[in-house]
Amino acid sequence: MRRVGGRLLQLVPTTVGALVLVFFLMRVLPGDPAGAMLGTSATPQAIADLRAQLGLDKPLYEQFVDYVVGLGHLDFGRSMAVRTPVGTLLYQAALPTLLLTLSGTLVSVVVGVPLGVVAALRRGTWVDYGASIGALLGLSIPVFVWGVLLLLAFTLQWPVLPSAGAGDTPVNVVRSLILPSIATGFFQVGLIARITRSSLLSVLNNDYVRTARAKGVGPSAVVLGHALRNALIPVITVIGLNAGTLLGGAVVAETVFTRPGLGRLILDAIFARDYPVIQGVMIVSVVLVVMLNLMTDLLYTAADPRVRA
Amino acid sequence: MRRAERHRLRGRLRRATSGNVTVLICTAFVVMLAALAVGVSLLPLADPTSQSALVRLKPPSIDHVLGTDRLGRDILSRVLWGARVSLSVGVGVVIVSGGLGTVLGVVSGYSRGWPSEIVLRLTDIFLAFPPLILAMVTVTVLGNNLFTVVLAISVGVVPRFARVTRGTILSIREREYVEAARALGASAARIIWSHVLLNAVDPLIVLCTLLIPGAIVTEALLSFLGLGIAEPTPTWGNMIQGGQIVMREAPWLTFFPAAAIVFTVLAFNLLGDAIRDALDPTVREGGAAPIPSVDATLPTPAPRHVAPPPTRMRDPSAVA
Repeated sequence: MRRVGGRLLQLVPTTVGALVLVFFLMRVLPGDPAGAMLGTSATPQAIADLRAQLGLDKPLYEQFVDYVVGLGHLDFGRSMAVRTPVGTLLYQAALPTLLLTLSGTLVSVVVGVPLGVVAALRRGTWVDYGASIGALLGLSIPVFVWGVLLLLAFTLQWPVLPSAGAGDTPVNVVRSLILPSIATGFFQVGLIARITRSSLLSVLNNDYVRTARAKGVGPSAVVLGHALRNALIPVITVIGLNAGTLLGGAVVAETVFTRPGLGRLILDAIFARDYPVIQGVMIVSVVLVVMLNLMTDLLYTAADPRVRA
Repeated sequence: MRRAERHRLRGRLRRATSGNVTVLICTAFVVMLAALAVGVSLLPLADPTSQSALVRLKPPSIDHVLGTDRLGRDILSRVLWGARVSLSVGVGVVIVSGGLGTVLGVVSGYSRGWPSEIVLRLTDIFLAFPPLILAMVTVTVLGNNLFTVVLAISVGVVPRFARVTRGTILSIREREYVEAARALGASAARIIWSHVLLNAVDPLIVLCTLLIPGAIVTEALLSFLGLGIAEPTPTWGNMIQGGQIVMREAPWLTFFPAAAIVFTVLAFNLLGDAIRDALDPTVREGGAAPIPSVDATLPTPAPRHVAPPPTRMRDPSAVA
């Protein structure tokens, strides 16, 4: 319990630092938000008025105080392009992105772990080499290439799955998740298979595994019941530490599959120079990464009693 | 002494990789690609940006070996010019991230007290961002040319590189031969340079090799999203983006740049693996976890609670 508290305390300076960084990044973005909002035909007076309205004419430290106070109230400002509160946009976008990140992780675990186990148990055989080559190939095909290939195959060649959107009914939600999850997940399959393989190999050399074997525990029970449980600990760590990368993968998949989500939101905002939205997405993604890392830490503690000591 | 070290490194690399067919093929591929990328302007190819309404969307033929795109531009020429961008970004990211990451890793790993704390907190902050989003915003801030794309990718890579370097340095710092050097009165600079860093060369080389494919993928991603190096300069990413619209009628627009990315990244990944296996015997025995860990996009930081990687230390007597 003390460990959890300690970790939470550690997160405070990181998150605060990241929020400060976001503030300054937004202030060094080229172009004037007010000018961008009003377009080229705006009079200087109109731009000045809007700057005052947005608080952009205030000194930097006052803007920073406004920013922090706004964050405290979960007020991210208003989108310049669609005139909706950024909070609403973020709320609508976060859910599909989280869903995609989780289902992508699920795909990578469901395929990657068995692949790694088989490769470890049949070490040095063609199964092992096949799994290694497959893993490396998966690792070498970027998310958007997977995405484009999957689109070509399953929406153009054999139109069985939707090519865009996130679906409205539960069935359609699942159907629209299939291709993007495969695209984001397969990228990680190779990584997870490799870690599972090497981690299982090192665990299988442990004394307790030999003890279990000597007691007469069957081979599959030794692997699944004894060895794999410990071997998966590094896998959990890697998944958690890659939370940011996974989120990035979801961002790309959203673009390829025209799905709503944080990725589409920030990309559209970048093109529209919609600063409050860019800022909001960055803040949400930092919070998500920090939370996912914390979850990994807690899972890790739960899985490995040695860490608790 | 330094020269002897280099010989040992080269010798071990050669021993472990000679006769390995995969390594030979990958090396040949990378060398050929690099040569083509450097010498592409000398080849008798069409200008990658010259448009022609007469040859729009032509499938591969003798005149245009890989076909033409929607503006009638030669795809072979564009793929090779794209290779130039991709390889430059790969090398650029290794130089910027490897250099800066090593310095920061050494500072946080070797020093105790505030310099180490500052570097750690700073890397923590940058690690809290998804690298791709950081790169997207950085490109928006700095503008999109080759150099800014390298910087934007490095922003996400440097903290990870620094973390892995730190882990390696931490485990070396406590070695007896470092203590011996300190006891003999060697200066901190000398200890860091000729004892600590020299022994950290192996993992750093592996890390750098594995940075290249990650950087190439991220560059392609940025171009694909329309944030990287922009048209008319050909990059593999913006070629795929351009081909996506006509994928059904003219799949070669998408296929060839995609194949270029996949084969290049695969070759660098395989080479990185081979170099790691050559330098780290624990991996060859299949016992330890892969070190340094491979992430498809970026090197993963060493897990915080796991013991530092079992980096193979060289015989200290060979160094001192």
